[in-house]
Amino acid sequence: MKLKFWGVRGSIASPGESTVRYGGNTTCIEIRTDNNELIILDGGTGIFPLAKTLLKSLPITAHIFNTHSHWDHIQGLPFFLPIFIPGNLIKLYGAADPITGEGPERIINMQLQYSYFPVSAAEIKSRFEYTAVMPNETVTVADATVTSVLLNHPVINLGYRIECNGRAIFFTGDHESHFNIYEPDDEGYAEYQALIEEQRLSIVESMRGVDILIADCSYTRDEYPTKRGWGHGTFDSSIKLALDAGAKILYCTHHEPTRSDDELEKVFAEALSRHTDILGELDVRLAGEGIEIEI
Amino acid sequence: MTEISTELTQKLSAAVEKMPAFPKSVQRILELSRDINCSPKELVMVIEQDPVMTMKLLRVINSACYGFTKQVTSVNQSMVYLGLNTIKNMALSFAAMGALPPQTNVGFDVQGYLTHSLTTAGLARTLCQKYGWDDTDPADCYIAGLLHDFGKVVLGQFLPEESNAALAYSIEQSISLHSAEQQIIGTDHTVIGGMLVEKWRFPKQLIETIRNHHSAISPDNTVQSCLFVANQISKKLGLGNGGNLVVEELPPALAARFNGSLSDIIASLGDISRLESEAKVVAQAGREIKA
Repeated sequence: MKLKFWGVRGSIASPGESTVRYGGNTTCIEIRTDNNELIILDGGTGIFPLAKTLLKSLPITAHIFNTHSHWDHIQGLPFFLPIFIPGNLIKLYGAADPITGEGPERIINMQLQYSYFPVSAAEIKSRFEYTAVMPNETVTVADATVTSVLLNHPVINLGYRIECNGRAIFFTGDHESHFNIYEPDDEGYAEYQALIEEQRLSIVESMRGVDILIADCSYTRDEYPTKRGWGHGTFDSSIKLALDAGAKILYCTHHEPTRSDDELEKVFAEALSRHTDILGELDVRLAGEGIEIEI
Repeated sequence: MTEISTELTQKLSAAVEKMPAFPKSVQRILELSRDINCSPKELVMVIEQDPVMTMKLLRVINSACYGFTKQVTSVNQSMVYLGLNTIKNMALSFAAMGALPPQTNVGFDVQGYLTHSLTTAGLARTLCQKYGWDDTDPADCYIAGLLHDFGKVVLGQFLPEESNAALAYSIEQSISLHSAEQQIIGTDHTVIGGMLVEKWRFPKQLIETIRNHHSAISPDNTVQSCLFVANQISKKLGLGNGGNLVVEELPPALAARFNGSLSDIIASLGDISRLESEAKVVAQAGREIKA
């Protein structure tokens, strides 16, 4: 499998001098299976530069897996140019919305309205198919399989494990380690602790032994206390996840939008230095726009 | 006739979607939804003190859309799986259906019903914790208590005249409400409640507990035992009013398991006034609400 980062920024696109090395586009990852089938993880603004490269090889079939419906993971989708060109097949996968019961079609229908975009969903020219995926469901995509895993964010967020010929990549989308909503002396504390521990173990199991774990590392350990409950991980929480799951490479992503490249490298180095003794074989890297890797 | 038609099942199931919740929780959910610092703990507490909201939440999360291998039985579990904003959003959609009036025009005592459900829930949990025979989760006993009479709200809302007639008949004949419902409506709240939660794929344990809470108690089943005893204590002490004032005898096997009569069990619980007063505060109808 091959993987390329097209957007690594969290929350909002942040172009400019200070983010030019790691990139300012929001989440988008391109994966090519061994048979060169195209899987795209999330449609943040990074999907636009990716789309331009696809125009050379039309018609295309693209399998887009959406982790969740927050803007920074969907707002590039209307600019995914192949959707307007007949002959292309675009398949969008994502969780069902618990309030409306609608599947990922909601993400497109909500954005492609004349108030927000000059083209309406009815004017899409490609074949566009939507699939609502359930947690723990495995979808076969050509020579690969994609398994969804329910993670922890203020809205439903599915992480995806992509496997192809014995190799595996896991992308968290946005994920915060579960925390207990009760105080230690509250009646519900023990019950909640047991529930989150069970969920934590099942999440670690779903990532077991992956070659690459791409994880939400929005915050530093010191920033986290004021951001608790916002649904994002830290460098430290993701390193722990990678170690617990026995991942080989951890890519830290969802970079905080106000963090410059220099600051990003600084906080990353600090986080690594705190873990020098326990990293073992784990290779921890910063995700950056344009980085490609083959496994 | 205890069997009910598929048509009625579907009609009632669809109607529950539009069913209003209880006044106090609707008011609190509307407040919490405007609070950016909304505490997850408080949100859970408000939902789990409202049988309608809890029922609706568990219905969605246990639906085929999420395909959880393990069925979800508690609001806390829903929070762990779905996250704060999803739960907040769902609660808000439930609150948007409005609030049950304090007293419906056909005599369904909303406040009395809620006090009875909450005290039964709290007592069932306390009994489970106190007697602790096995590893049954006290939270399961709470949910069973909270939802055991849900069929009554459904009947009260959708077959109001028949429900009222059954209530009057049970008082006139000094018989239990479910017997009167059987004679007047041809079915009863245990059947309706059990049928709905079965349709919504709730855990088997909870379906059976709701369905059998006036009959076929299995004394070896901790949830069923705690619910049965809690239900009788709530009625005996007049903690709220579920519309059924007949206190049933403890079957001998159950008395043996609890090592005494209902009065002995009540005595063993000590002071339960806090449980009662908390339930009453929650059940107190917010008459000013027009949500």
